[in-house]
Amino acid sequence: MSKVVAGKPAQINDRQFMWCPGCHYGIITRLIAETLEELGVAGKTIGVSPVGCSLAMHEYLTLDFADALHGRAPAVATGIKRVHHGDALVFTVQGDGDLCAIGMGDAMNAAVRGENITMIFLNNANYGTTGGQLAPTSLVGQVTSTTPDGRDPQRAGYPVHMAELMATMRGVVYAARCAVNTAANFTRARKALKTAFQKQIEGQGLSFVEILSACPPNWHKSPTDALAWIAETMIREYPLGELKNVARVE
Amino acid sequence: MEGCRLVSTKLSQQGAAAEATRVLITGNEAIGWGAIYAGCIHYFGYPITPQNELTEFFARELPKIGGEFIQAESEFAAISMVYGAAACGVRAMTTTSSPGFSLMGEGLSAIAAAEMPCLVVDVQRGGPGLGTTQTAQTDYLQATKGGGHGGYHNIVLAPASAQEMFDFTQLAFYLADKYRHHVLMLTDGILGQMMESVELKALDFGPLPAKDWALRGIARKGGRNSVISSLKVAGMAPELYGDYLLRINEKYQAMEENEVRCETYRTEDADLVLVAYGSSARIAMEAVDEARAEGRRVGVFRPLTLWPFPKRQVRALADQVSQFLVVEDSLGQMVEDVRAAVAERAPVHLLGILARDDKGGGGMILPGRVLQEVRELT
Repeated sequence: MSKVVAGKPAQINDRQFMWCPGCHYGIITRLIAETLEELGVAGKTIGVSPVGCSLAMHEYLTLDFADALHGRAPAVATGIKRVHHGDALVFTVQGDGDLCAIGMGDAMNAAVRGENITMIFLNNANYGTTGGQLAPTSLVGQVTSTTPDGRDPQRAGYPVHMAELMATMRGVVYAARCAVNTAANFTRARKALKTAFQKQIEGQGLSFVEILSACPPNWHKSPTDALAWIAETMIREYPLGELKNVARVE
Repeated sequence: MEGCRLVSTKLSQQGAAAEATRVLITGNEAIGWGAIYAGCIHYFGYPITPQNELTEFFARELPKIGGEFIQAESEFAAISMVYGAAACGVRAMTTTSSPGFSLMGEGLSAIAAAEMPCLVVDVQRGGPGLGTTQTAQTDYLQATKGGGHGGYHNIVLAPASAQEMFDFTQLAFYLADKYRHHVLMLTDGILGQMMESVELKALDFGPLPAKDWALRGIARKGGRNSVISSLKVAGMAPELYGDYLLRINEKYQAMEENEVRCETYRTEDADLVLVAYGSSARIAMEAVDEARAEGRRVGVFRPLTLWPFPKRQVRALADQVSQFLVVEDSLGQMVEDVRAAVAERAPVHLLGILARDDKGGGGMILPGRVLQEVRELT
């Protein structure tokens, strides 16, 4: 008699992921599907995909989805949430260029309003889709296609710490930074995502989960070297952990 | 004339069954009530002069009836919120004025591509740039030729009275749902501030297709999911670009075939026809009444839809009259469409923004100025 000990979450369909070898977006797609399945809320969840590689998530998840314009996912999610209120769970998935460059205003104002949505922020420290340009999250000294000599703070500023920034906002009830570079970190990320969705189910306010994610081709690293770079370099700049976990202060 | 319909009359007849209330309200309030009568209780907007009364109307009225009002952080966000709400199948709208309408261009382009039914109202002010905060008709080309990138069309309604602002708002939502497409209402500062008697009545335009594509979670749709997207890239989008172009082209053709609306005023034996929309049409009509009193054979042709533009009707008129005078509060924008339709069968003159009574950024083209032009031409 055989027993299934691991399988594909029901919400992931049979299409082949388009993402590059070593990219973490496939893992994160699975993480989202598992979390929704565990909470039993997939049937009433609506996703908002951005401009960027994570846009393709709606191709692999059997969930209702709306694509937003570049940076506008929190605004689109707001429109959706204000129609369905508690009858639907709404999440956004955005990369770093989308969320904290062109979409910083939308992200911060969703937090200002304390919009009852879950924002998933994929930080891979560069613009992946367009070929590895500087992102607000690129590390000091990081070589990108638009900082060929490395990010010089005098000219290109400093990395932005979104999870910490969101944690300062009164409308945000949950902020965490996670990674999926190890099994242990994957488990922590799943717990964080579950807590984030639970906050939304309880109607407490905006929940924000940042996930560090590998981008081997644009980092010019092998998938394993990319894992090492996250562990040794990226996490030093972007410490993991729960930054905020409060109930809505009325 | 054949092919032209008096839309206001038609609307009133269609809605005859419903109870009516008569009130004295501004054009902007008429739009607000029109939206509520059409069942639109989701409004997202950003303050900009001269349309703030609209934003404030919805802030005041929607919470009373269980609706949702958000003062967005920008026009970018406002139009994206409308997109999100429309994607859920509810009637949603925003209002703005010219610079804000430019900011909504990208969002409208996406709304056009994703085919999200909704209403955008542009209360025009003088442009380009920040321009003035006073009334003008300088957004005609932007409104009728797209506005954002990619060659989409807006269905553009051009009311000329508070009653029409009320009725057309309801019509706009009907057309939006009929075609699964957005509608733009192009008004201006004068129309918005003008107080007129309005008959408040819900209009029934007939049955509409079900919104089986709306986002409401797969549990309520038998496990089937919907993806609302403006992207047309193979492997990353629900529909291929070529299939989309074929389908949207047919949709635009159907709109051009079925949704052209216009009105004629005293054109029966006219030798000179004034062509004007919105507040300029009201001014033109007043000038025509005075010219008629002087025995001049003058009338007004008024497009109620700026896109689709009443090309055939203007062309037919060109065979009956000897000349046209376009009256519009710009350097000349609609005059291009009129000239294209007339196709050199008759001279088309322009009385534009330079004919205003005040050069300081305010003022307007007064009926007396239009009459003076009519006298010179007849």
